[in-house]
Amino acid sequence: MTLAELKRGQNAIITDVSSKKIPLKLLEMGCLPGNSVELVQVAPFSDPMYLNINGTHLAIRKETAIHILIETNDA
Amino acid sequence: MPKQINVALIGNPNTGKTSVFNALTGLNQKVGNYPGITVEKKEGVCKLPRGVKAHIIDLPGTYSLNASSLDESVVIELLLNKNDKDYPDVAVVITDVENLKRNLLIYTQIKDLEIPTILVINMSDRMAYKGISLDIEKLEAQLDTKIALISTRKKQGVDNLKDLISNYQNLSIEPCLSTQDIDIDYFKGLKKAFPNQSLYKLWLVITQDVNFGKISRNTIKDTSSFKTKKDSDLKRLQQKETIKRYQFINNVLKEGQTIDLKTAKDLRIKLDRILTHKVWGYLIFGIILLTIFQAIYDWSSVPMDFIDNAFASLSDWTKNTLPAGAFTNLLAEGIISGLGGIVIFIPQIAFLFLFIAVLEESGYMSRVVFLMDRIMRRFGLSGKSVVPLISGTACAIPAIMATRNIESWKERLITILVTPFTTCSARLPVYLIIISLVIPEGRFFGLSYQALTLMLLYLIGFGAAVGSAWILNKILKIKSRKFFVVEMPNYKLPLFKNVALTVLEKTKSFIFGAGKIILAISIVLWFLASYGPGTEFNNAEEIVTEQYASNNLSQIELEQKIASHKLEHSFIGIAGHAIEPAIRPLGYDWKIGIAIVSSFAAREVFVGTLATIYSVGSDQEATIKNRMAAEVNPILGGPLFNLASGISLLLFYAFAMQCMSTLAIVKRETNSWKWPILQLTIMTAIAYIVALIAYQFLK
Repeated sequence: MTLAELKRGQNAIITDVSSKKIPLKLLEMGCLPGNSVELVQVAPFSDPMYLNINGTHLAIRKETAIHILIETNDA
Repeated sequence: MPKQINVALIGNPNTGKTSVFNALTGLNQKVGNYPGITVEKKEGVCKLPRGVKAHIIDLPGTYSLNASSLDESVVIELLLNKNDKDYPDVAVVITDVENLKRNLLIYTQIKDLEIPTILVINMSDRMAYKGISLDIEKLEAQLDTKIALISTRKKQGVDNLKDLISNYQNLSIEPCLSTQDIDIDYFKGLKKAFPNQSLYKLWLVITQDVNFGKISRNTIKDTSSFKTKKDSDLKRLQQKETIKRYQFINNVLKEGQTIDLKTAKDLRIKLDRILTHKVWGYLIFGIILLTIFQAIYDWSSVPMDFIDNAFASLSDWTKNTLPAGAFTNLLAEGIISGLGGIVIFIPQIAFLFLFIAVLEESGYMSRVVFLMDRIMRRFGLSGKSVVPLISGTACAIPAIMATRNIESWKERLITILVTPFTTCSARLPVYLIIISLVIPEGRFFGLSYQALTLMLLYLIGFGAAVGSAWILNKILKIKSRKFFVVEMPNYKLPLFKNVALTVLEKTKSFIFGAGKIILAISIVLWFLASYGPGTEFNNAEEIVTEQYASNNLSQIELEQKIASHKLEHSFIGIAGHAIEPAIRPLGYDWKIGIAIVSSFAAREVFVGTLATIYSVGSDQEATIKNRMAAEVNPILGGPLFNLASGISLLLFYAFAMQCMSTLAIVKRETNSWKWPILQLTIMTAIAYIVALIAYQFLK
């Protein structure tokens, strides 16, 4: 599943990041395969998404989140 | 050992880099610009032990050496240019103890440039609270450097940092990461082609398009013995490099850092639950905005009245004390009146910058960006446009510069184009004086009519900005990469010293920047108003005396008639009369015409110009406001500033683009004359039409 489908408060592990669609800056902030991600808060219409990636708190838009693949811990 | 060493402060945004800079330099700092660009350059001097002096430069905050904005390129350009006079003898990388992992990324990059690098771990006062413990010795060994654990809030560890800086020559310059490991074949080829150069620096030249000594990206491309790669492949290598750097950092922290989550407390979660809430979040943001506006008008009106009166009496005093003559007149009527028109801004600008600094420092501004992104996107803007739009209420110039962190070019361009609609502080003196003249006193549900009018003008400004953004979004056909990422920093209590220094610095630069223009225009205006061509001006005394010979005027009345006759036939009077046909439908006379024309350089000139013109005309009424209220409409009779002409003027100033400095900044930021010219024409056209409709309707 993609990061865009994560629910508020849920945790997951990033499995793949489409390097063509995702800018280097986001990777440098820790959005890399193997790192953990938690959805902290969402704005109305679930967009943008306020995330905790590997201890770094940042917000990205849903249109970016669909290019990040994840695996939830409970699956 | 050189007497003065160069020290560069480098680090991610939100690591307290500026606090460290302030702690090292105190008031020995100055803010300027890098040559040719509008990136802010902060530098200062710090005395180190053993008589060494350090020249400290606070580089713009950046997440990595891979620059994605003008501000960030400044960092890499300096670090690759050994001949730059600011090239650091030692780099100090500032990190936040709570975000060590991410903050260390840029440390590894700087270290790989083979510059002696000290690591500062800031905000150490938060460690116990967050359950973090560090093994500094292990970290120093692994990272191959010296570490200063400091807390600028508690003023701990700064002396230790100064010690480390003065001993920079003992630091190792071994890189953290072997660049060749990223892609062995590729970098072997590169090494063969440029055997004497550092591989990492060459790699930065290839990926960042910066110059390094005599080597540029094109020299590398044109080197026949070496084949570089496609951009998409290069990007994959950059990704690989980033992963390798994080692997290194993870290994370092596994040894040197332990986090006890059980003792960690998190204020962030509790605050964010409310401040970014779907309902409460917006409500609180609204209340904060209202408080800011309310506070600015209530609190600054007292010092502003005081300044206005003080300058009026200073002008009178000069006239009465100094020997009469052209110089005294220039000083009293030109320079002092002009200066008064700008000093009066200080209270409001200082308050606005104070609020903006507190919102930024506390970490709240990022929450606003998060909350507003979805709404702003509907209008073709970004959540990050909120910051420029709010700072635009102080001044459009820093606001337009604050658009640099908007990643999408289209969203950024639209923000730049619409920001000048927001009610900047230069419009305020115009608004305040006209409102006090034409809007009746009285209250509506406890709110004064005058305050409500002012609030309405602010809403009109925001409405115009957002509305035109919506239209521009539909019209502009620009394909740009859509992308948005914003860090949500920890909440922090703003440090008094940081806020105070920001307010001081911004107010100073605004006053001196705008002050020069206003002063120059005031002097030119005074000359134009005090001299004129032809007999009408030069023989004014005789003409008027003759004309009113039978009217038995007192000496004072006669002098007034002469003065106004002179003004009307001075250079400026002639110019004002020339444009009168164009502005009469808006309800203005030639004097207001002059003020409008001169305020195309800068709006705040309006009040100063009227002050100059009226003080040339008469010296009966002391303050500017009293003089304006006494003005009579030459055609219709009655006060010149009535409801219709007042509203028309207010609306004209709300929409018109009257600021040369803003146009210059827009030119620089968009790198083309097309956008500022478009801005000037369209905004002025809107202003004229709206003012025309308002006057004709209310007349």
